[in-house]
Amino acid sequence: MAAGDLMTGAEIVLKALADQGVEHVFGYPGGAVLPIYDEIFQQDKVQHILVRHEQGATHAAEGYARSTGKCGVVIATSGPGATNCVTGLTDALLDSIPMVVISGQVPTHLIGNDAFQECDTVGITRPCTKHNWLVKDVNDLARILHEAFHVATHGRPGPVVVDVPKDVQFAKGKYVGPKNIEHPTYRPRVKPDQSLIRQAVDLIATARKPILYTGGGIINSGVTASRLLREFVKMTGIPITSTLMGLGAFPGSGKEWLGMLGMHGTYEANMTMHGCDVMICIGARFDDRITGRLDAFAPHSRKIHIDIDPSSINKTVPVDIAIAGDAAHALEDLIRVWKARNAALDKKALAEWWTQIDKWRARDSLRYRANKDVIMPQYAIQRLYELTRGRDTYITTEVGQHQMWAAQFYKFEEPNRLMTSGGLGTMGYGLPAAVGVQVAHPKSLVIDIAGDASVQMTMQEMATAVQFKLPIKIFILNNHYMGMVRQWQQLLHGNRLSHSYSESLPDFVKMAEAFGGVGIRASKPDELDAKIKQMIDAPHPVLFDCEVMNVANCFPMIPSGKAHNDMILGEEVADEDVGSIIDAKGAQLV
Amino acid sequence: MNSHLTATGSAYFMEAKKQAEETHTLAVIVDNQPGVLARVIGLFSGRGYNIDSLTVSETQHERHVSRITIVTTGTRPVLEQIKNQLSRMVPVHSVADLTEQGNTLSRELAMVKVSGTGEKRMEALRLADAFRARVIDATTESFIFELTGKPDKIDQFISLMVPLGLIEVARTGVAGISRGAEAMKV
Repeated sequence: MAAGDLMTGAEIVLKALADQGVEHVFGYPGGAVLPIYDEIFQQDKVQHILVRHEQGATHAAEGYARSTGKCGVVIATSGPGATNCVTGLTDALLDSIPMVVISGQVPTHLIGNDAFQECDTVGITRPCTKHNWLVKDVNDLARILHEAFHVATHGRPGPVVVDVPKDVQFAKGKYVGPKNIEHPTYRPRVKPDQSLIRQAVDLIATARKPILYTGGGIINSGVTASRLLREFVKMTGIPITSTLMGLGAFPGSGKEWLGMLGMHGTYEANMTMHGCDVMICIGARFDDRITGRLDAFAPHSRKIHIDIDPSSINKTVPVDIAIAGDAAHALEDLIRVWKARNAALDKKALAEWWTQIDKWRARDSLRYRANKDVIMPQYAIQRLYELTRGRDTYITTEVGQHQMWAAQFYKFEEPNRLMTSGGLGTMGYGLPAAVGVQVAHPKSLVIDIAGDASVQMTMQEMATAVQFKLPIKIFILNNHYMGMVRQWQQLLHGNRLSHSYSESLPDFVKMAEAFGGVGIRASKPDELDAKIKQMIDAPHPVLFDCEVMNVANCFPMIPSGKAHNDMILGEEVADEDVGSIIDAKGAQLV
Repeated sequence: MNSHLTATGSAYFMEAKKQAEETHTLAVIVDNQPGVLARVIGLFSGRGYNIDSLTVSETQHERHVSRITIVTTGTRPVLEQIKNQLSRMVPVHSVADLTEQGNTLSRELAMVKVSGTGEKRMEALRLADAFRARVIDATTESFIFELTGKPDKIDQFISLMVPLGLIEVARTGVAGISRGAEAMKV
């Protein structure tokens, strides 16, 4: 197309996507996006993946984005199409996932008239996006689309919405390319203040009981940040733990790795946090699932917090050195200054610290009672890990007990390999996220570790997987309960299991077949390995119904309102009498 | 919520810190685009911050830049959060804490309608004169006074008018600017 030629709004959308390097979009057509779908039909640069529900599109885009580091893209129609995106937008906002949602809107002259399939999309999505735009003039469309990608991917990543009325999609206007689009005001700080870096090095060098507490910010920063983190740990010998969102930034098999921390974190990770004298927090945000009881959180520590979002610093936990900046830049600076100073930790103190940590490790807090007749859910994850390690594997999860067991028992060696809903805790995230991951990595093994309740929330995306020949594996830990809900009812609500039993569960094997996929069921420990291998080798989407011990619960656990050194360990409680271990007063604290 | 639970330190029952609350005036420079005010107000309501007063108007027509003056009350950490949360919004150019900077002028305009006759009417007029309020409308039994000043001066004037027949008040909210030759970054 010659410069200066006019294009329709719909053409501009597709041209902007292509110029942004977008290869895949997830979407669902409808009245207000028909002009865009007409353009999709007439081009082949951008491949469209038709989902079965717009929420699925948003989670697929999240999985796509988190597994690649690229921006996920969604197209949805006006009204219900846009409102169905709200859960995925909020999920992406809380987990800092870059995503651009392009929604159709009723024609501009009908806006505000309660037109068919009209909703106030920018109003509804304002609190669940990083930013959003309603495009009223086709000549603004290209600029806004490029700005949208810029905002979604720069600084702390997040979701954005561009709402495009149907008449704007038809109208003709000028296209501008992505070059020279510099946002007039949005300039997040990425390079940290060097004097603060020097102060941080000074503080770390005095530490006798240091700990690194890292989060999703390392992963969002890119693979360089993970590499630098590993280098920093190697140089200093500092023990490291991370949040759920940060798993994989440091290898799960590394000797300095303590496991995940927080409510269902390991004993050693939480005790090390509790006892540390210097805490280096990078790209994490002191979430309530992490800190537990705030006034007893790492009580004797001085804290360094590095985060790209200044509003995450000093939000719930005041810190001593607050460094605004990107994780990779900050780590690079820390390493450079550390080396230049020839800094080192007190070897004797560090050795004593590690001796203490090894004692905590020896508690083996993830231990569970093995069972010969029934598959323990922890065992199922362990086998899944053993049988998939060494392969090019991506894991997604739903939300609940299975998610925590996956975090505890599946060892992630590389970043971008775990896709999970951490902040929002969205049941139904994992299956569509797996769809998105598999689209990005067609040759890789993509497994959704699921629960029987969560998986039913977005089950219809099995059809998407079948249609696009995406051989995702849905590994359902089926305990016939909303396990985490039940666990809390047992611990905190007098064992009254209000509506947490999964009545009328579908036959997952038949269901898989009905969708055109493969169904596999395992109910005995001795058949598990063979069945998992069968699942891995299947070239089709698989629903794996893994019948597990239905009363198993997820430990260790810090009830919220308790401190890190006040954990419930699995060995202290049989799965059957779990109801009596927290007293009535404690029950109200969670 | 049971009060004894607030002592636990749980994030769910975090007791409001016993820190003193302060009232600060913030100046926020924003792109004058649709929804920007809703964004700012939504931030305050969504995160539970207080708005004591909020005014907004375009200040640079050619550049489509508006200035929002917000008076808010909170503890030190909360005020820091508010500034950080505002600063990271995409259409926000800059945020200045005028109270923190000191040397700030705050002004507000009020229109005050007072109804009455006889001695009360004369007393209202005398007080208005003392406060340098102007009469911008009059009938035989009412006045509308226009008054500009610091909010506490206006508060005081209004409370004096109550026994003299105050029937209606319209206030603009506070606009603030720092003294001296320096300008705020736009």
